[in-house]
Amino acid sequence: MSSAITKNLKTAFFSALLVVAVAYPVLGLKLTTVGIKLEVHNASPAVLWTIAGCAIAMFFWQLFRDQISSAWSHAPKLPAVPSKATNFLTLPSTQRWIILGLVVVALAWPFFGSRGAVDIATLILIYVMLGLGLNIVVGLAGLLDLGYVGFYAVGAYSYALLSHYYGLGFWVCLPIAGLMAAFFGFILGFPVLRLRGDYLAIVTLGFGEIIRILLRNMTELTGGPNGISNIDKPTLFGLSFERKAAEGMQTFHEFFGTAYQSINKVIFLYLIALLLVLVTLFVINRLLRMPIGRAWEALREDEIACRALGMNPTVIKLSAFTLGASFAGFAGSFFAARQGLVTPESFTFIESAIILAIVVLGGMGSQLGVILAAIVMILLPELMREFSEYRMLFFGALMVMMMIWRPQGLLPMQRPHLELKQ
Amino acid sequence: MSRPILEVSGLSMRFGGLLAVNGVNLSVQEKQVVSMIGPNGAGKTTVFNCLTGFYQPTSGSIRLNGEQIEGLPGHKIARKGVVRTFQNVRLFKDMTAVENLLVAQHRHLNTNFLAGLFKTPAFRKSEREAMDYAAHWLEQVNLTEFANRPAGTLAYGQQRRLEIARCMMTRPSILMLDEPAAGLNPRETDDLKALIGVLRDQHNVTVLLIEHDMKLVMSISDHIFVINQGTPLADGTPEQIRDNPDVIKAYLGEA
Repeated sequence: MSSAITKNLKTAFFSALLVVAVAYPVLGLKLTTVGIKLEVHNASPAVLWTIAGCAIAMFFWQLFRDQISSAWSHAPKLPAVPSKATNFLTLPSTQRWIILGLVVVALAWPFFGSRGAVDIATLILIYVMLGLGLNIVVGLAGLLDLGYVGFYAVGAYSYALLSHYYGLGFWVCLPIAGLMAAFFGFILGFPVLRLRGDYLAIVTLGFGEIIRILLRNMTELTGGPNGISNIDKPTLFGLSFERKAAEGMQTFHEFFGTAYQSINKVIFLYLIALLLVLVTLFVINRLLRMPIGRAWEALREDEIACRALGMNPTVIKLSAFTLGASFAGFAGSFFAARQGLVTPESFTFIESAIILAIVVLGGMGSQLGVILAAIVMILLPELMREFSEYRMLFFGALMVMMMIWRPQGLLPMQRPHLELKQ
Repeated sequence: MSRPILEVSGLSMRFGGLLAVNGVNLSVQEKQVVSMIGPNGAGKTTVFNCLTGFYQPTSGSIRLNGEQIEGLPGHKIARKGVVRTFQNVRLFKDMTAVENLLVAQHRHLNTNFLAGLFKTPAFRKSEREAMDYAAHWLEQVNLTEFANRPAGTLAYGQQRRLEIARCMMTRPSILMLDEPAAGLNPRETDDLKALIGVLRDQHNVTVLLIEHDMKLVMSISDHIFVINQGTPLADGTPEQIRDNPDVIKAYLGEA
């Protein structure tokens, strides 16, 4: 008993010391420039007292943590979500209804939301599409791809270049951008056929960087670091949403005889993004119930067993890379159209990391999960703008907590229940 | 006497300095149950891996219905009708039992992208047939009530049966079972014996078996090959093998 107390006393003392050692240099000292010299001052007494208070609190907490935790365990617990409810939430049929409800809300949203809100919603939809696409590669086929942003860049630059050099419109370029990205996915697929896990992750990471650096250095074609600007916005059956239409074109407000409103353009972009997401959802939903979708999952589970059953792993892997990349291509060309400007710096590794985080956070393979996670990942940093420099800290803490308490993701995928006889 | 469906001659497999399999000859007749036995480390599984294309044999020839198949990749050999199970069960653990059976029918299904996207009648019919076939085999191996359970949560014996059913989904002509009775209790082993009999008699499948359970091997085999330290030791009917002095010596040591 006494040795336990001595041990606790020792840990408590060192913990308190650590608090002071970490907090004092970071928060307790202030650097001020006097002329050309830097001077070190103590921070305000309030800050110093807070640090001391924290150290003392830490000391007592460490000293009595056994007693505190046993007292805590007697405290009434929060009512846990019954397992039936979570089961119900993750059922495919429930998810379909939730998705339907979300679609209705999403359709009505732009006509009530503010301009900024609709703009952020459009951004979220882009990430939903990217998340759904990467979900094929990572969640279903189990191939860890850290260079997904490369395909996004290919899609964006496909539209930007075709629009810049050949004056092609968005709707013509959308399928071309998808095909180009799919082609690059196919190209990447070949060298990584034999790789799994960590090795695959490193090669795909390199691939994403290669594309970005290529785009930056092919200055004659891509404009280098300045990128390509003045990319045409999408039109509605030839009707432009600008104030003044280009030659031979009509604008939306002239055609319908209404006054020009800049928010119309934002709403229109939002609705295009929504349409693209819905098409993506539909296609992936069908893919899941097709032989190729099942084969992707089988490949994730056991590649050797796949081969023993006569399935060609090469074809299955390449199809996952190709189809996954094509969705990034669509998202990319829409991104270029929305921004009106593409630069290589829009396609850095952090983008890949965010998309991957959306997939993992949502729950591998789960579509509703991806949508939810995209909303959380994009909206949260926006909402926390007032906390300025602390918001990335909050964000990081949230991710860590998620992975500790819910490593399977927000809404993990449930196996479909198949009826044997119909 | 029926004709040989699988003929192996002079099969050798070398891993660096180790000659794991040395000059093995097999001749497997159609619609028979043929066993391969031998002490641990004799090279039985290596022979299996060579036959199914997981290893490229160093030398020797493998003929399936007279056609050379050595050196082909695993999935191509499987498509020719040579399908195997694994010593340690290799199911798609997170997928349900019935999904496991649907995946295995991949090659026999309508895999047209647009057909699946728009659920054409042809696609629906193909999926329906696959489901019926899977349901039929779930019943054969007594797993109907577990159809929607993840395969990884099934009991060991059930997983073994599901793996055999999954092989049958590919409509094989030769089924190769690597120690199918390992870890089964006596009742499950009897069920397995009955199942193998059904496969041979009702589904015209040739079964090639690696097994240590001598009671099972002796009671079910039409022909037995014995391998010891990578080299063929003897072959014949169960009676011939039981009385063969070389086999007794290899298994029990010098008297």
